[in-house]
Amino acid sequence: MKRTSIRYAVAPTVAALALGLSLSACGASNEQSSSDQSNAAASAGGTLSGTLNGAGSSAQQAAQAAWTAGFQSANSGVTVNYDPSGSGAGVEQFLAGAVNFAGSDAYLDDTQLPGSKKPCNGQTAIEVPDYISPIALVYNLPGVSKLQLSPDTAAKIFSGKVTTWNDPAIKAENPGTTLPSTKITAVHRSDDSGTTKNFTDYLHQTAGSSWTDEAGETWPFKSGEGANGTSGVVQAVTSGKGSIGYADASQAGKLGVASVKVGSSYVAPTADAAAKAADVSKRVPGRATNDMALNIDRTTTESGAYPLVLVSYLIACPTYKDANTAKLVKGYLDYVVSKDGQAAAGKAAGSAPLPSSLSGSASSAVQKIAAK
Amino acid sequence: MSRPRQRVGDRIFFNITRLAGLLILLALAGVAIFLTTEGLPAFTAPSDALGGAANFATYVAPLVFGTLLAAVLALLIATPLSLGVALVISHYAPRRLATPLGYLVDLLAAVPSVVYGLWGLAFLGVRLSPLYGWLEQHLGWIPLFAGPASTTGRTILTAGIVLAIMVVPIITAITREIFVQTPTLNQEAAFALGATRWEMIRLAVLPYARSGIVSAVMLGLGRALGETMAVAMVLSASGVVSINLISNTNPSTIAANIALKFPDSTGLAVNALVASGLVLFVITFLVNFAARSIVARSERSLA
Repeated sequence: MKRTSIRYAVAPTVAALALGLSLSACGASNEQSSSDQSNAAASAGGTLSGTLNGAGSSAQQAAQAAWTAGFQSANSGVTVNYDPSGSGAGVEQFLAGAVNFAGSDAYLDDTQLPGSKKPCNGQTAIEVPDYISPIALVYNLPGVSKLQLSPDTAAKIFSGKVTTWNDPAIKAENPGTTLPSTKITAVHRSDDSGTTKNFTDYLHQTAGSSWTDEAGETWPFKSGEGANGTSGVVQAVTSGKGSIGYADASQAGKLGVASVKVGSSYVAPTADAAAKAADVSKRVPGRATNDMALNIDRTTTESGAYPLVLVSYLIACPTYKDANTAKLVKGYLDYVVSKDGQAAAGKAAGSAPLPSSLSGSASSAVQKIAAK
Repeated sequence: MSRPRQRVGDRIFFNITRLAGLLILLALAGVAIFLTTEGLPAFTAPSDALGGAANFATYVAPLVFGTLLAAVLALLIATPLSLGVALVISHYAPRRLATPLGYLVDLLAAVPSVVYGLWGLAFLGVRLSPLYGWLEQHLGWIPLFAGPASTTGRTILTAGIVLAIMVVPIITAITREIFVQTPTLNQEAAFALGATRWEMIRLAVLPYARSGIVSAVMLGLGRALGETMAVAMVLSASGVVSINLISNTNPSTIAANIALKFPDSTGLAVNALVASGLVLFVITFLVNFAARSIVARSERSLA
C-alpha cells in the first residue's frame, strides 16, 4: 500500500521536471549551429572576441541564425547565442539584465520603457527595426490559384461571418474565378504570437466595423481552428481542404497566397511590398531619437505597399558597463542592419531588406552604442 | 531477541535509500511551494492578464473541463484495449509470441510525445476527418457529434485517441504483471469446475487483479492529465466549454495551454499560467487519493 502511494507522488513530479527540461531544451537548440560556424571560419580575422547573448522573438530565429553565422565568420573569436524563446520572454530577460540584447516583435510599451533604465545604466534602451517580413494569407482551395481579398472580407472570414467560399463577398472581389461551395476553415495561432498581433492590428485598423477587437497576441475569438506555431498553421491549412490561415510569407510553401486590397488595387506579399509599407510608416511620437519604434501604417493606400507586415526589433542598451560587451553589441547590431546582414536574412528567412530610410537611422543609432 | 549487530554496509545502504526518499519529497515540496507562491498573484489578477476572463475561476474552469474531457476520452479507449492486450500476453498468446509482443508494447512508451504529436497532426487527424464527416451526417443528433465536422481532424477526439495510445503501454505493463501473478491454484480450480478460459479469467484473474487494474488506470490517467506536447500540437484549442467531439472548436487543456502561452507571456499572465499549473497539480493529487481509497476498499472487501 505504502509503495504504491509513493509511486503516485512521483508521477506528477517527474512530469513537472520533464516540462522544465523540455522548455530549456528549446533554448539550447540554436547554439550548436553557431559553434560550427566559428570553427569553419577560424582562419578569418576580426578584432572582436567574446560571447554575446541574446534572446527573444522566434520569428527572427532563421534570420538570427544567418546573422550569427555571418558575424562569427568575420570575427572568429566571437560567439553569439540567440535563444528564440519568444518576444515576451526575451524582453523580460533583457529587462532583468540576463541577456545583452533582445529581439522582439513589439517595441517596448510605455510601461516597459522606464524599466529598461535598470539594465542600461540609467538610460532607456534603443530599439532598431531589424527584421521586416510580410505575413501571407495562405489558403488551400483546389482549383483556385488566385485569390483577392479586401481587409473587410478577410475580417469576415476570420471572425466566422463568412462561412463558405462561394459567399457573395468573396465572389465580388474575384471576378472570373469559379469558387466552390466548400466550407471555410479559418486557422489561427493557438499560441500567443507577434504574428497574431500584427494580423489583428491590421484587421482592426483596416476592416472597420467588421473587426472591432483590439490588436493582441492572443486570438480574440473562441471559434475557428487553432494551431501551434507557424508550422502548425501551415500544416493545418495544408491538410484541410477549404482552409485559410495567416503565416510568415516565407513559410507558405506550395499553398495558395492571397493578395490583399491596398487602395484600389490588390498587392501580393513580396519582400519589396513589405519594405515599402515599413518605409511609409511613422515613428511612435514622444520617443528618443535612437528609439525607432514604428507605428506601421496599415491603412496606407501607397501603391505596391503590403501593410500586413511584421516588423521585429532589436532592443539593446545605449551604454554597457563592460567595454568589450559594448563593442560586441555595437559590432553585431551594425552587421545586422547593414546591407550584407539584411541580404543574409533575406536569403535565409525570406525577409525584406530594411528600406534605405530606416537602415540609415538604424545604423547611426547603433553606432552610438558605447561603454559607460 | 537481541538487536542484531548492524554492519557498515547496512547503515550506508539504509542512509542512501533514506536520502533518495527524502530527495523526492523535497522535489515535490519544491514544486508545490513554487506553484503556490508564483500562482498566488493570479487569484487577484485583473481580467486583461487572464485573457479576458472575469476572475481566475472563470479563467481556469474551461481548461479544467478540457483536461478532464481529454483524459476521460483517453481512458475510455485505453482501458479496455490495455486489458485486452495484457490478457493476450499473460493468458492467450503462446510464450513465443507473448514475449516479443510485450516488448513491442513497452516500446510504445519510449516514443517521445512530440513524435505522437506529429503523427496525430499530420497522419491520424487527416485520416480521421472523413469519419468525423460521417459521424456528423449520421449521428449528428447526438450532441457529442453535433459538428460542424473538422476538415483537418484536429479535434479533441483525435487528441483523446493519441493520448490513449500513449497511455496503453503504462496500463498494459502493470496489469500484465498482475495477471501473470494470479495464483495457479485458483486458475486450475476454476478449470476443474468446468470453467471455460473466459470464465476462468472472469472468476479467478480479474477479481485477483482488481486493485492492480485500478492503480494502473490511475497511473495512466496521471499521464493523460499531464501530457503537454502531443495535445498542444494535435488539438485545435479555442478555450470553449463544449462536449462536441468532432468540431475544430475545442476546449484546451491546462498543460497544453501553459506550453502554448508561456513563451510570449509576461507579468501577471505568467502567474496565471503557474496558478493553472497548481490547479493541475491539485487535480492529479485528488485523483491519486481517490484511486488509493478505491484500492484500499477493494482490498478490504477481498480480505
